[in-house]
Parts: sequence; structure tokens; C-alpha cells
Amino acid sequence: MIRPLLTEDALAEIEGMLATLAGIFSDAGYAPVEPAHLFPAETLLELYGEDVRSRAFLFNDPEQGGELCLRPDFTVPVALAHGDGGWERARGYAYHGPVFRRQESGSKRAVEYVQAGLEDFGAEDRAAADAHVFALTLHGLDALSAPGQHVTTGDLSIIFGLLDALDLPEHRAGPLRRHLWRPKRFQRLIQRFSSPAEAPSASRSGLLKAVREGRVAELAMAAGEPVGRRALAEVTARAERLAATQAEAPMPGEQAELISAVLAVKAPMGEALEQLRGIAAAAGVALAPVLDRFEARMAAMVTRGLAPENLNFEAGFGRNLEYYDGFVFEVLAKEGTDHPPLAGGGRYDSITARLGAARPIPAVGAMIRPEAVQAAIRGRA
Amino acid sequence: MTLTLGLPSKGRLMADTIAWFAARGIAIAQAGAEREYRAEAAGLPGLEVVMLSAGEVPRELAAGRIHLGVTGEDLIRERVPQAGLESLAQMGFGKANLVIAVPAFWIDVETMSDLDAACADFRETHGTALRIATKYHVLTRSFFREHGIADYRLVDSQGATEASPANRTAEAISDITTTGATLRANHLRVLEDGEILKSQANLWHSPSAPWSEPAERTLAELRARLDQS
Repeated sequence: MIRPLLTEDALAEIEGMLATLAGIFSDAGYAPVEPAHLFPAETLLELYGEDVRSRAFLFNDPEQGGELCLRPDFTVPVALAHGDGGWERARGYAYHGPVFRRQESGSKRAVEYVQAGLEDFGAEDRAAADAHVFALTLHGLDALSAPGQHVTTGDLSIIFGLLDALDLPEHRAGPLRRHLWRPKRFQRLIQRFSSPAEAPSASRSGLLKAVREGRVAELAMAAGEPVGRRALAEVTARAERLAATQAEAPMPGEQAELISAVLAVKAPMGEALEQLRGIAAAAGVALAPVLDRFEARMAAMVTRGLAPENLNFEAGFGRNLEYYDGFVFEVLAKEGTDHPPLAGGGRYDSITARLGAARPIPAVGAMIRPEAVQAAIRGRA
Repeated sequence: MTLTLGLPSKGRLMADTIAWFAARGIAIAQAGAEREYRAEAAGLPGLEVVMLSAGEVPRELAAGRIHLGVTGEDLIRERVPQAGLESLAQMGFGKANLVIAVPAFWIDVETMSDLDAACADFRETHGTALRIATKYHVLTRSFFREHGIADYRLVDSQGATEASPANRTAEAISDITTTGATLRANHLRVLEDGEILKSQANLWHSPSAPWSEPAERTLAELRARLDQS
């Protein structure tokens, strides 16, 4: 469905909600910003790959010299606008307006819906910024009288921190980091790295032999003329890496178990932190920096009037939520519903570098869906 | 109301289709002048035949403007995957496979998993995503997603896709192949696990076409003939 037809008073109610949230965000120091509905698709394609076409509406506009995209969310447009004025400034922005998302065929979810939210750039005290954005979101939901408000939180920096702390060889760490947001693939990679190396195929053995004998270029040229941009040197380089890793021992079982154990942590926040400290200590793994930030975030939440010990935390949560790489959260009208969330958000520092910042800068944001709140209030969620 | 059957109007596909129906007791001949794209089917009253380009058949089926149509599975899965079309028969001709092919000299890339690693390396070396040339965007994206590869870009190619690496418009391709001769001639090799779809001509059924009782009766008669052969 494109979007449900709203009655006049339902529409007025949404407008009222947007005004309420705009007031709350403005009082908190977030300057209103109104990015365009359309922007060059190239940015999203570079960021997310071809997959973005199944989530966003892209279309060709020869006049504009390339593809345009209807914004599927505000994060990239607002970040780009911030970057235009200088990445290194500390600034917060508030926004509201429609976003456009492709849905699965036959889905009842709206293709066009309204979001109201904020993005916070450059706040070096990340724990405090996480808590502030999170608290403002919950405060906003309360101001809208959103019922239910089942909260789930996560922190992807924990699993990233673990991958760093394990000091895995780059040919394993790289794919694991890349595929963190694809849980099934991630799992298959762990299984593959933990298993004894399969006997190489006949052709792979031939390649490995050629590496040992310094004949890779010769073998490649015999296989086919070098066509295309990927150069012979790149083929040779990878072949040499394959040979080097072939002899490597599989990932120790304890490492695979440790990764699973950390991903499986699911408890109220305070308890989760204890469990994670315990797991890290038992395995002798240096997770202190990320866990200390976790603790600092909890303290900052308390300062903001929240009771974080009771908030649900799942270490594996957030792996399907865009490209967050730190604190992440979602608020549902009720547990287990498959209605759209009332609100959600998280930290995405590493994206800023891919959007043009010279180095990753602190970036965290959240959004509320007034229509979902309205549906929940009217008992439809 | 008659049951409308859309058939490919040109070339080998048309010839094979007509032969297929003839073998099942349905003679199809062009009516009127050479360029008149309408045919009559003898041997099955209530069946009206229209000649369409192979590319038009999926659209007409999805829109329900024809009840049945003959076209390759590749075109249906690519252009109208959500139309809920049912295959009544695999016709045994028009066979071609949709495959991922890379330059043969990439001896370090045998599987999709190797391609994933090559994509990551390529971005590090060149600063941009590795490109795959294809006209099968939907099928290719879906295949890459299944294999968990995200860091690539598709480049549209409506013809001579195999020349893309040599032209430097893409690094690898996703294309239809029959014998593989064209791929080899262009110094390309199919990945071991790079077969996306084994396609052939099918007789497709459109659920959204106006299925009146007479049309359903004609369909039943047609199915009986197909079952007999």
C-alpha cells in the first residue's frame, strides 16, 4: 500500500504530534533542518550496495546526470547537509517529513510514512550523546502518549570490539566485520573458519602450486587474456594470500564459542553488563574499553532520568538495522508485534567517513513514527 | 469468450513453439499477409493466438491481457516475479542458463565466495565497487544477496554483455549462455557455483486474465491434450 488515507482529524492529530516533537527537540538544542525529498542515488549505492534498490525508490533522471533516490530515511541527507557545512563541527539537527521505502509485494506496510527525529554529530562524549538521544526519543513518545513502549537495546561496538580484541588474522577479521549485519553469513563464516581447511579443489591446488613455484602470472595468462580493470597484479596478490592462509590453523573452538557466547547475551542492561564482564574475564579478552563505555552510557541514562538496569539488552540486536556500529535501540508498541516500530535509532560513526568525513566522527540519531504511535493509541498495533 | 494465447513472433523460438503445439494436435498458421501478427489455431476451438515479441509476453501475462503465453522462464522471473504466473509446461526448447562469468584469467576466483573477497580487494585497490554488467537486474541482485555479497554495483547492459570487461564498462558479467562459446571467445569463465537459473521456454498461465467458463473449458481441453502427449 502507498499510504493509508487519513481522516481529517487523524491528519490533524499527526500534525499535532509533529509540533509536539518539534518543540521537544528544539528545546533540547536540535536545530530544524529540511533536506530535499530527492537526492543523488550514488551516495546510497556506494554506502549500501545494490541491495538498496530493494529498499528504496531509485529512478533515472538523464537531466540530472544519473540516478535519483527518494529518501528512505533522513540520516544520509542530514549527514550530507552537515558535512557540507563542515564535518568537524559539533551540531544537532531535528527533522520531520515523509520517507519512502519499498515493501515486499503483498505487504500491508505503507510505502510512504512520516518520521520525526534527530541526528547528533561531533559529540565526543559518545556515552552521553547516546543517552541524550535515547532519552529524548522516550520523552517524545511519552509526550505523544504512546502506549506499550517495549524497548530493546543493543550495542554493536561490543561485537566489533571483540573481533578486534581476538586479534584475528585480517583475512578472517575483515569478512566477519563486513558481514556483521548479515547474521546467517556471519555464522557460516565462523563455521568455515573454525573447521579444518577443506582439501582444495584440483584447480585450487594447481593455483597454490603455481604460487609456490612463482608461476601465477604464467598460469593466469594461460587461462585467458587479461581483460578488464582488475589487473594481473591483483590476481597474483590474492593468489599469494590464499597460499599463505591455506596453511593456517582453523580458528580455535574457544574463539568461535566466545563469539557465540557474547552474541547470545540477552538480559536487562545491568545484568548484561555483568555477564559480558564475566565472559571477557573468563576468556582473558580485553573488552574493557567498550564495556566501560557501556557502563558510562548507563550512568548517563540515569542522569537523564531513565532506569537502565531494567531496559532489555541483546548483544546480537541491531544487526538488521541499517548500518549502526554502536548503541542501537528500537521501541515497539508491544513485544513481538510485526507492526512497524514506534521509534528506533543508534550510532553510526563509521558511515560518516564513507560519506566524506576525513575521519569517522561521532554520529548518533533516532526517529519516531507518529503514524505508528497513532495506530497503537487507536488499538491497531 | 476465447482463451488468448500469446506466442513469440520471431525466429527459432516461434518455430519451436509452433512445432511443439503441432505435436500436440494444435496447428498454428499465420493469418492474412506476411506481416499480420495474428494466427488461428486449428484443432482447438475457442483458442485465439496472438503473436508478440518474447519480451512482450511477460508484460501481457502479468496484466492479464492474455490468458496463456510462451516465453522463457528467465524473462518471467526477471520482469514479473510478483505476478504469480504458473507454468503449465516446460517446453524443452529455448534452453539457456543465466550465469555469473568472470575473466578467465582470474584464476584466484572460482566461486561466489572468492568473488566476495575479490570485491572487497577491488574496493581497497580501486576505491570503487566491482561492477557486474547485466540486463537481469532482479535475478542478479537476488543471487548476490543469497550469497551474502553486497559490495558490488550492477551496470545495465542490453546487448553484447560479454564484451563489458574488455570494454572496461564492468569487471564481470551476469548473462544468459547456451553453449558457452561466446563466453570463451570473450575470455570469460562461469563461476563454479555461478549458475543463477536454468531457463527454457514455458507455457505460462495468467491468474489475472478474464477466466470465463468457456475460457476455462478451452484450458481444460488444452491441458488434456498436453497430458496425452
